[in-house]
Amino acid sequence: MSRSVVAAIDQGTTSTRCLLFDHAGRMVSVAQRQHRQIYPRPGWVEHDAEEIWGLVRELLPQALEDAGLGPEDIAGLGITNQRETTVVWDRDSGRPVAPAIVWQDTRTAGQLDALTDHLDPAELLRRTGLPLSPYPSGPKLRWLLDSDADLRARAERGELLFGTMDTWLVWNLTGGRLHVTDPTNASRTLLMDLETMQWDPELLAALHVPAAMLPEIRPSIGELATTVEPLAGIPISAVLGDQQASLFGQAAFDPGDAKCTFGTGTFLLMNTGPDIVRSGSGLITTVAVSEEGAPPVYALEGSVAVAGALVEWCRTSLSLVRSPAEIETLARTVDDCGGCYVVPAFAGLFAPHWEPSAQGIVVGLTGYTTKGHIARAVLEACAWQAKDVIDAMVADAGVPIASLAVDGGMTANNLLMQTLADVLDVPVIRPMMAESVALGAAYAAGLAVGYWPDRQVLRANWHRAAEWRSQIGPVERERAHALWSAAVRLAIGWGHARLG
Amino acid sequence: MPGRVQSVERAAAILQILAVEQEPVSLAHLAGALDLAKTTVHGLVQTLRDVGFVDQDAESGCYSVGADLLHLGAAPLDRNELRARAINWTDALAGHTHEAALVARYEAGEALVVHHVFRPDASVQSLQTGSARPLHATALGKAILAHDPRAARTINDGALESHTYRTVVDPPRLHRELADVRDTGWAASVEEWRPGLASIAAPVRDRSGYVVAAVGIEGPVDSICDPRQRPRAALAEHVVDAARAVSRELGHGRRR
Repeated sequence: MSRSVVAAIDQGTTSTRCLLFDHAGRMVSVAQRQHRQIYPRPGWVEHDAEEIWGLVRELLPQALEDAGLGPEDIAGLGITNQRETTVVWDRDSGRPVAPAIVWQDTRTAGQLDALTDHLDPAELLRRTGLPLSPYPSGPKLRWLLDSDADLRARAERGELLFGTMDTWLVWNLTGGRLHVTDPTNASRTLLMDLETMQWDPELLAALHVPAAMLPEIRPSIGELATTVEPLAGIPISAVLGDQQASLFGQAAFDPGDAKCTFGTGTFLLMNTGPDIVRSGSGLITTVAVSEEGAPPVYALEGSVAVAGALVEWCRTSLSLVRSPAEIETLARTVDDCGGCYVVPAFAGLFAPHWEPSAQGIVVGLTGYTTKGHIARAVLEACAWQAKDVIDAMVADAGVPIASLAVDGGMTANNLLMQTLADVLDVPVIRPMMAESVALGAAYAAGLAVGYWPDRQVLRANWHRAAEWRSQIGPVERERAHALWSAAVRLAIGWGHARLG
Repeated sequence: MPGRVQSVERAAAILQILAVEQEPVSLAHLAGALDLAKTTVHGLVQTLRDVGFVDQDAESGCYSVGADLLHLGAAPLDRNELRARAINWTDALAGHTHEAALVARYEAGEALVVHHVFRPDASVQSLQTGSARPLHATALGKAILAHDPRAARTINDGALESHTYRTVVDPPRLHRELADVRDTGWAASVEEWRPGLASIAAPVRDRSGYVVAAVGIEGPVDSICDPRQRPRAALAEHVVDAARAVSRELGHGRRR
């Protein structure tokens, strides 16, 4: 009896999930648990890597049990993960030597120039595709080693290992035998050369990172090893960063194919094929996927830091809603934003504005404004921010988009999807499986082991589940866009005024 | 101390009597227990029925505590929350059955569609979210009617509208069919709402077991039904599985 399902472990920022998919790409089972977010200081965000591995140990057997299957039924396992989150552990004990520094953590902001030994940012961008920002894991790793002379000494002696969450999980799944990563994750370290797809010795030197602690870079798609823990005998056959996984899960295999994921933040990726496309507006050039014996596929990426996080802020800090989904209910109590605009520049504004000092604002308040208007403005802000990044990417790629494929948890919000179609004036399409991150990891894992023969079969699995078209006219769209742009300028101006 | 409102006191007394009785109570019994004129009690209990705090049996005319009252303390499930919880399982349902998948819940006398997944083919489709389905003529509606007393009350007063020649407009026949829905766990409609269209649906329950929605599929009769126009059992099984998965998502039957 052939193996019946493909598995994905989706190690995300707030939760870890294990999903099983069948031949048609349909979800068979899902097990999910949240993990702790640790905020030791303003701007710092940490995870406990051991807690996360503990969740994987529970979730993989649970997903199988829910489906009435065993490890022998899994044809291949794909790992997908929050990118850039930095884990350092002891090679012998297997225990982390410090809390994992999460991608959102801004502790390296303001020191990036020093942490890269004053390398020219333009040269860094050319080699790695990354504009200098607090996100990449290389400066986080250096910060950690610089903070503790003992850690630095142990790292130099080869006693410590570095990895992003993919590396940490594969290492544990294989009982500490395999220390590897893939180019989609490695391209977010500021340590990998985008053209050779190998660690760059000059960058390692500049960031004071001992080569011995780095994982080997292996292709994203390809058999790595079989698991030892928590269940033995499952072939691990793909590793992809979460956004690249969702591009793959959307079957965006050809140059020009793009997707937009609405989660904590908004992530837009466009497949640029074997070409390394440089952005004129500060977008990231990254690896989309790599496969043994094939040229790498690159992508342009633009992200918005605060999208779902803004709704979450409305829930936790303002108590406007009891659950994120209720923001739509609240927003639908009114017909429009009533002239209210929210610019959620909680930690500055990045692509395509690049104004790190900008701060969040709410403008257009009158006695008429209700919480319904604010909820509406919150959803509109998510749509406008996505439009700003999409416009920049379209300018870089030189071709307009005909439609936008969306995924992620916020696609359940029909009002947000309608608003997005309204501001973009192109159809917004949700594919049948909104869980495209996990699906992409499963697709890659299944291709590697021959569970699916080729990408054409996966394309045939893609079906639209919903489509939204603009319901507003050009005059209304232009007027609203002008007001949004004015609000963004105010948020930037406020940031400048605050710093004098 | 301000004076008490007599009718509120009497209404409370009626509810207390109904709450302790096992069986529905007649008007005469209520009037006797309260030592009040039947006309007085009738006015009070009919008002309670109109606001949903009391249910009246269609045949015997006897009264019991309304299901709405039992659910009064619990916050209702948000309709967008329902969609967010159902989305993955309805995607899978559409994938398994190759039909459009829908989630509906009872609102204002109708089954309101809160989520719609397109049929997975290349055809042009538009979102049905926000549209309503008649309770007695669609599978989504019947799955709700069979389990939700609030919804069931709406078909007791007034005639059942005929949408096609197959719509069930005879109340006793509809009640028999709803009893079957409760037995089998799923409902069907074959051309009872729109010619050429059939649907299958099953109830979605919350943590307490209360039916809060229905999930189902809708499509051409030829694909939903076998050549003898009976809903295909394999499709019904997928619908019931999806309803169970969404119910589980809402906390029904969870181990922890």
